[in-house]
Amino acid sequence: MKFGILINEGPFTHQASDTAYHFTKAALEKGHDVPRVFFYYDGVNNANKLSEPQADDRNLVKLWGQLAAEKNVDLVVCVAAGMRRGIKDENLADGFRISGLGQLVEAGMGCDRLMMFGD
Amino acid sequence: MAEYEFETEGVKKTFTFMNRKAPYGTVYALEVLETVLISAAFEQHANIVFADDGVYQLKAGHDTTGIGMKNFSPTFGIIEMEKEDADEDEDIDMVWRIIVEKESMEARGLTADDFKVEVEVLSAAELADIVDASDCVISG
Repeated sequence: MKFGILINEGPFTHQASDTAYHFTKAALEKGHDVPRVFFYYDGVNNANKLSEPQADDRNLVKLWGQLAAEKNVDLVVCVAAGMRRGIKDENLADGFRISGLGQLVEAGMGCDRLMMFGD
Repeated sequence: MAEYEFETEGVKKTFTFMNRKAPYGTVYALEVLETVLISAAFEQHANIVFADDGVYQLKAGHDTTGIGMKNFSPTFGIIEMEKEDADEDEDIDMVWRIIVEKESMEARGLTADDFKVEVEVLSAAELADIVDASDCVISG
């Protein structure tokens, strides 16, 4: 099955991005496709390369980037939501790209399921 | 960074946008409307649903001067215009419905006359069928 993923919360205040990460990883390991993950609302903060969690905590910014590199997942950050929150090319983490909301609608159109992780 | 190309040619899906939050306490209400408007560019069917405190988003006469927030309620006028265009223009294959959940509306002492745009008022049970029949549900 082809899954599109929508993440609406940042990497620390809410569990949403963690759950989405584990879901995406598990789906890929089971042989499903996850061609695109779209980051919206505070979810854009998952792409902030200036984020520095403590050494004994997980680093979702890096984990997403690694997953994207290993499994060829398209990580898209909403441009409008990102600009409001200061996520721009200057501080965009490896593996992510910035684009428009049309990329979310396309993921909904082109995938069998669109899974939303958020509040 | 692998930019993926989806096959979307001729794809027609039904998106349900579930608005459940009060208009200004969080940013969800404002930002989900941007997704609703973008979906029009792809000529997708949409149910724009208001339930729980989300029904307050549609109330006419928002005045945000006291709280220093941007009043985004004019966006509902644009959504209503998109819906009217889709309803009237035979060349546009797009059905948009603006729906308010009856129980949420009544629990807050509101009637359909209180809203800024014309809405369909449906029960929670009817709404469940609409969500069930949707391809994508995006809540805000």
